[in-house]
Amino acid sequence: MRHHLVLRVVAKLLIPFILIFGLYVQFHGDYGPGGGFQAGVIFAAGFILYGLIFGLDKVQKVAPPAWIRVLVAAGVLLFAGVGVAGMLLGGNYLDYGVLRHDPVHGQHLGILLIEFGVGTTVAAVMITIFYNFAGRGREDR
Amino acid sequence: MRLRHLFAVVMLSGIYSLLSAGIFVQLDAVDVAFTEAAVGAGITTILMLGTLALTTDTERPPVKRQWLPLVVVLATGAALIYGTLDLPLLGDPNAPANLHVAPRYIEQSGQEVGVPNIVTSVLASYRGYDTLGEVTVIFTAGIGVMVLLGGTRRRKRKKNRP
Repeated sequence: MRHHLVLRVVAKLLIPFILIFGLYVQFHGDYGPGGGFQAGVIFAAGFILYGLIFGLDKVQKVAPPAWIRVLVAAGVLLFAGVGVAGMLLGGNYLDYGVLRHDPVHGQHLGILLIEFGVGTTVAAVMITIFYNFAGRGREDR
Repeated sequence: MRLRHLFAVVMLSGIYSLLSAGIFVQLDAVDVAFTEAAVGAGITTILMLGTLALTTDTERPPVKRQWLPLVVVLATGAALIYGTLDLPLLGDPNAPANLHVAPRYIEQSGQEVGVPNIVTSVLASYRGYDTLGEVTVIFTAGIGVMVLLGGTRRRKRKKNRP
């Protein structure tokens, strides 16, 4: 794809907006449509587009595979950890009401945290799958 | 329509996903449309193209005609269409799905969770276990792909050792 000038310019213009839109869907999920799953795939799509146009090496410089692999687990751990934190504070597992003094504020905080965990895992898994598929053919050569 | 050229099949399935994303927008399920457009039309198409690049892009003609799969598919499809005859109409207020817990979510989630988007409060709070399970499924899928496709490097190292 290195010689496709139009694709490269358009991708460079689009990617910041895709990433910003992903973050918007992530953190505005309480108020508008969206949430962790949608934000994760949109965010990952930005990285995958960059990888498609500029090559696997470039995108792996931005997002090293080892870091992404850590993020795959970190999101699930954050989600499960919020549940455990609720248990330690005297509630049921995944009961966010006890995270703050006011149950509604606790719910807000819990939802924000677990949606962030969902988004992290989904984005990291999508990027990892892309890395594995795209990197498969070249190591054998 | 029959196609042996798998590149065209992948492109058609991507277009189909994009069209169904449009249908989801029509049904007011914008968040599902996001996912369908990003995963179905975008990422899946890229992964399928990656698979074609690793394998081959034309389907081998079958050795002999197999009628059993066709019969199974037609029978299942007929059974599913027969099943839809009993489904309540779309948006019917008396449908069982709208009578069970939905009224409580709609009336109480404002005070209990305080999040304006009821879908988010159902997904993240009332059905937190479900969502945790879904994330675990995605996590497992990622691990599975890593185990299946990411193993080349280690094998190479082993070869170099002696």
